[in-house]
Amino acid sequence: MIKVKLFATFREGRQKEVNFDYFEGITGRFIINKLNIKEKDVAIFLVNGLDGKLDDPLSDGDVISLFPPVGGG
Amino acid sequence: MGRYGRNMNMLSKEENEKLKDFRVCVLGCGGLGGYAIEMLGRLGIGYITAVDKDVFEETNLNRQILSDMNSLGKSKALMAVERMKLVNPEVFVNAIVDEFNFENGKDIIKGHDIVIDALDNIEGKLTLQDICEELGIPFVHGAIAGWYGQVTTVFPGDKTLKFLYKKEMRKGIEKELGNPSFTPALVASIQVSEALKVLIGRGEVLRRKVLFINTFEQEYEIIVL
Repeated sequence: MIKVKLFATFREGRQKEVNFDYFEGITGRFIINKLNIKEKDVAIFLVNGLDGKLDDPLSDGDVISLFPPVGGG
Repeated sequence: MGRYGRNMNMLSKEENEKLKDFRVCVLGCGGLGGYAIEMLGRLGIGYITAVDKDVFEETNLNRQILSDMNSLGKSKALMAVERMKLVNPEVFVNAIVDEFNFENGKDIIKGHDIVIDALDNIEGKLTLQDICEELGIPFVHGAIAGWYGQVTTVFPGDKTLKFLYKKEMRKGIEKELGNPSFTPALVASIQVSEALKVLIGRGEVLRRKVLFINTFEQEYEIIVL
């Protein structure tokens, strides 16, 4: 299973956390597509707390975190 | 000393005395910057550079502490000068009524001990990182959007903002969420506490760590890079 933790506005219309069944070759890109989140809206993509790449294959048990950009002052 | 009596003993007498010798540059005198200048001035930072090209308008009144009914139409940077004359005349505020950008950025920032990022756009924040990197000056990044905010302290070599903003990312969720009265005050408070620790060389700072603030669900998350 892959646990996806959503932050800030990514929670709107979704839950704080979403679980995905693991399959070989599942990627962050597959997950954000399923969640209807656009790549350009993702500022930070973490895999197990570390900076990750959307196209890298994930491992069973990985935890993903998604943050939108915050830029106001 | 009476003015700084309540800073004892969280600061030593020597640390308190030294604050007047520091120079802090605050980029942006709006939501974050207004509060940051207020707090730096009350701490007794001797020299504050306040940079903002804009004048106050009605939509600033919901959150920008330097704005009030009398300051509408007046320069934000110059209002910082006026405010500090009332709050702490021992502090010199150098107002720069100009946009911070790549052309003038080096001249604005050089000679300061630390910079507070209170800019309201991602492009400016990334420019600040490049210039601070070149000059070897640390800065405290802050950003807000609605119920949310983030803070990190960036030293030369860290380039932490490259992690926070992907290439070609030009606007954040603040464009849709706006900004209320309380997130600027909260984020600016944390930024000033970070700057103070860097200046006195004591305490733990958010270096290569990003604090994410969610006041809607009161969640505070620190990402370690």
